[in-house]
Amino acid sequence: MGEAIVITSGKGGVGKTTTSANIGTALALQGKKVCLVDTDIGLRNLDVVMGLENRIIYDLVDVVDGRCKIHQALVKDKRFDGLLYLLPAAQTVDKSAVTSEQMKKLMEELKQDYDYIIIDCPAGIEQGYKNAVAGADKAIVVTTPEVSAVRDADRIIGLLEKEKHMEPPKLIVNRIRNHMMKTGDMLDLDEITEHLSIGLIGIVADDDEVIRASNHGEPIALNPNSKASIAYRNIARRILGESIPLQPLEEANKGMFSKLKKFFGVR
Amino acid sequence: MKKRQNVTIKGTKDGLVLLLDDLCSYDELKRELDLKLSANTRTEDERHLISVKLEAGNRYLTEEQREELKELVRQKKNLVVDTIVSNVLTKEEADRLRAENEVVTVSKIVRSGQVLKVSGDLLLIGDVNPGGTVVAGGNIFVMGALKGIAHAGCFGNNQAVIAASNMRPSQIRIHDSLHPAQDFVPAEDKHEMECAYIDENRQIKIDRLQALIKIRPNLTRLEGGH
Repeated sequence: MGEAIVITSGKGGVGKTTTSANIGTALALQGKKVCLVDTDIGLRNLDVVMGLENRIIYDLVDVVDGRCKIHQALVKDKRFDGLLYLLPAAQTVDKSAVTSEQMKKLMEELKQDYDYIIIDCPAGIEQGYKNAVAGADKAIVVTTPEVSAVRDADRIIGLLEKEKHMEPPKLIVNRIRNHMMKTGDMLDLDEITEHLSIGLIGIVADDDEVIRASNHGEPIALNPNSKASIAYRNIARRILGESIPLQPLEEANKGMFSKLKKFFGVR
Repeated sequence: MKKRQNVTIKGTKDGLVLLLDDLCSYDELKRELDLKLSANTRTEDERHLISVKLEAGNRYLTEEQREELKELVRQKKNLVVDTIVSNVLTKEEADRLRAENEVVTVSKIVRSGQVLKVSGDLLLIGDVNPGGTVVAGGNIFVMGALKGIAHAGCFGNNQAVIAASNMRPSQIRIHDSLHPAQDFVPAEDKHEMECAYIDENRQIKIDRLQALIKIRPNLTRLEGGH
């Protein structure tokens, strides 16, 4: 029996889809059987980031409406030898095409066959969000070091805490620009974690490579030399239960390193 | 044996007190009250109003009955009902009174978009994040950081206070007064252990917590002790 993890944020554009793609990829690299589910019906793009767009035949709405079997709709990622699949969202209808009950049932079925189901949640707190959360066991909230993103993350955490079937959510701080945090132009990690008061599961530095890789349909986690890739791989390992210290944002700075270590200790 | 009186009139220095028997029927009581007050005609020349207190003992009077009795007394020349006292409360009234006087302890973080409302005092063990709201009929005490909106005395109590370990609210309301956050708060200001209250000029003031001891001595609930 697998585990369904929803990746959510409230605010749009903080990197939910990129995070979903990379955590899924990193888990598959660890040898786990992973299914990525795009619930952003009407505005899908997890397939684009994964480079699987041309191979879509059926989608999530076809499955819940009974027009096809689940395995017919799943797109296999050939780079992973049967470990990574994608269930794409429909593009022609909108979020009201699926109900929370249908999503719950779908997740129950997928959990039979996969170790991890990574659900990419749409922005907002309406039906699309409710669908994405309905079948999930765990949640990861993605935020960036901006006041507006943290505010929305706070709202989402409040909603997630009401979901009795889920574990307390974990936090990823994405797109960290170290030089701006140091000058105080960006919220620093201490401020964010203190404010949101949930466990931090990873931090990802802002990296041009991430955008380049996404545009090529190759998740950055496949490239072992990028800093962002290591960050995503570390997150995947933490999901698997390993205890890995947070990656220092700047190697040379001992002060920052000890600060981060302190963080990890708190977690 | 002489029948027991259902209505007893007593004069005190504050005015008349009418003791109403609580065992007879309501109709009987009304009849006798009417009779007693009609018989008493000697004060006809005094034109100023005399206030009367009705003591109903262990009888429950509905709102309509209260009005009826007030009307009955008012019709009698220069008497006017000041208060009606009864030893009996309905369960709802008792529950409401208890809720208004209770300190409700809540242990959570009030996050953006959430509203926490209690009818008595609120003791919050946690933070109020920006965009979150706490509302109380009485006082609000936040053990953590107050960064959102707090509204104390929401049912019209302007004696209510708000206190927080870390006072950085986006807005403070007490009864119907409003205190928006200052536009420029120096970051080095700690705002630790502070309180908010309405001063004599009906303005919300923010002061250090210890000021409350002087300003609101009735916050103390301890009875007896040393």
